[in-house]
Amino acid sequence: MVAHTLTRTETDLLFHALADGTRRDIVARVIEREQSVSTLAGRYDVSFAAVQKHVAVLERAALVTKQRRGREQIVSSNMAAVSTAGELLRSWEELWQARGDRIAAILAEPRHPAAHSKEGEKP
Amino acid sequence: MTTTIESQQDKNELTYTFVMEFDASAERVWQVWEDPRQLERWWGPPTWPATFDQHELRVGSESKYYMTGPEGDRAPGWWVIDVAEPFTRIEFTDGFSDQDRNHNDSLPRTHTVVTLDDLGDRTRMTLVSHFGSLEQMETLTQMGMLEGMTLALGQIDGVLASTLER
Repeated sequence: MVAHTLTRTETDLLFHALADGTRRDIVARVIEREQSVSTLAGRYDVSFAAVQKHVAVLERAALVTKQRRGREQIVSSNMAAVSTAGELLRSWEELWQARGDRIAAILAEPRHPAAHSKEGEKP
Repeated sequence: MTTTIESQQDKNELTYTFVMEFDASAERVWQVWEDPRQLERWWGPPTWPATFDQHELRVGSESKYYMTGPEGDRAPGWWVIDVAEPFTRIEFTDGFSDQDRNHNDSLPRTHTVVTLDDLGDRTRMTLVSHFGSLEQMETLTQMGMLEGMTLALGQIDGVLASTLER
């Protein structure tokens, strides 16, 4: 299931990092291909400094790494951390998605034989 | 069918929100929570079906259930009903029990708030799970029980496909 057990601090950093929509979007983009902070900054309606801060939060959570190449700072994804975070959230989501699907299946039945336990409901 | 409109996790609040919509009245959706025979058809996965031998949607009432694994092993659990407002709101705390069916406080418990919104011919069910701590959330996701649930997803597909064809 989960790739490795995270310490509380690691989990905190991870959840904090992913609690923000822009940061989740940055992660999604750098998974596709590594890109510079300035390229990323051009995609959002916030300042370069704000994007840099977002990248720093992602870096602390080990979701991305940043390295300097000449004048550019290149952001790449750390797939191990990304998949750990993903699995953690996905398991809980899958649990309820599966329950929701089962509820939907029950509701789709024209008449459920077990519905009789609600007294007075049936003729 | 179910529509997952939104699912999000909030680290500061330690909550996980899940929103689904069903083609049924709020009263009908309430029944899948209220009627133990219907509840046990969806609480556990096909590989770990649940049996609720005590369940009543009444404030302060304690539900007792167990899930039976493929090898016949039992995973017992409990709910305590904190709020029950017919057709609109349920709040409950759920956790695990030991084999003597006493609360196992070394395992995480979750507080869940379910609200049902009548949308005319549909019902929106919003579920907010509150975790005691991040470790608890992680423990829950790491437990074999959840792994079983994830594995069970494949089997549900067949059931759903036949339901959808109707």
